[in-house]
Amino acid sequence: MPENVTIGVLYSRTRVEEKKIFAVLEERGIKYDRIDDRQIYFELDDAGHWLSYDAILERSISYARGLYATRALNAWGIPTVNPAHVAEICGDKVSTSTALAKAGVPQPKINVAYTPDSALEAIESMGYPVVLKPVVGSWGRLLAKINDRDAAEAVLEHKKILGSYQHSIFYIQEYVDKPGRDIRAFVIGDQAVCAMYRRSDHWITNTARGGEGDVCPITSDLGELCQNAAAAVGGGVLAVDLIEHPDRGLLVNEINHTMEFNTLMPTTKVDIPGMIVDYLTAVAKREIEVLR
Amino acid sequence: MSTVICPECEAEITLDADTEIGEIIVCPDCGVDLEVLSLNPAQVDLAPMEEEDWGE
Repeated sequence: MPENVTIGVLYSRTRVEEKKIFAVLEERGIKYDRIDDRQIYFELDDAGHWLSYDAILERSISYARGLYATRALNAWGIPTVNPAHVAEICGDKVSTSTALAKAGVPQPKINVAYTPDSALEAIESMGYPVVLKPVVGSWGRLLAKINDRDAAEAVLEHKKILGSYQHSIFYIQEYVDKPGRDIRAFVIGDQAVCAMYRRSDHWITNTARGGEGDVCPITSDLGELCQNAAAAVGGGVLAVDLIEHPDRGLLVNEINHTMEFNTLMPTTKVDIPGMIVDYLTAVAKREIEVLR
Repeated sequence: MSTVICPECEAEITLDADTEIGEIIVCPDCGVDLEVLSLNPAQVDLAPMEEEDWGE
């Protein structure tokens, strides 16, 4: 029997993931609208037609669009998957690392600095190599592995001169000599439902950069760590990326709140779009409360 | 079966039967990313360039 809820799917592009989500919604007879984020605007003092939605799935490809859309929707009391408070943390690496640190979730050592001079000092206190990452960004873009002082000085100057102001928030991460792979785990609610190794000869193992996937079993340690990491950022439908430190074991690298799963799904055989729709429906029916 | 003309190189491209609005296709001739704007009639245009905050 079809669920008696109305869903909105906010999206930018019809990627494989959106196609699969749309297909599940249609198979289940769930009433839904496709909402192109380029064609909408929000009257912040008038929720208007938005109130017809019981929940909205946020699949914007743009972090800013998704964040501000969910901010407006949540302010009107419309639940979103994921909500703005989760997007705000996951989309900003400093916020993610701060939340993980507060929760005691193991992660690589992180230093944050605001000027090239202080960043250089922070890098040298950590020791080479380090990884510089943009605070906002994804798909492995603009990551820089800094092997020595010459490279550090050059990249810091380039970021300062050529980048937007956000590139002068220097996010410096300890380089972890991982075993040619990292782990992506998919968390829904409070459960890690599947995981895969992403292998690459390159130090960037992101599948968006060509990394290849195979199944990673969810051990009790991995499952517990993923649950703790997800809880630290507010929970929901999340992809937790982890790296294996040769001495310190599993470390949480980052958490994605609008994750792509087109490589995860064929690898793990888990019905991820179906599980997303299950969760979304439960949120729409208020069986799961996501708003604060 | 719908066909469109690539706005970059004028190649004729046949859309798959399950093509959806908003989908990105790649021109087989010139390799440019194209966004499907409509299906009836079939229309494509150059896909927006990737922006800095795009991702997952």
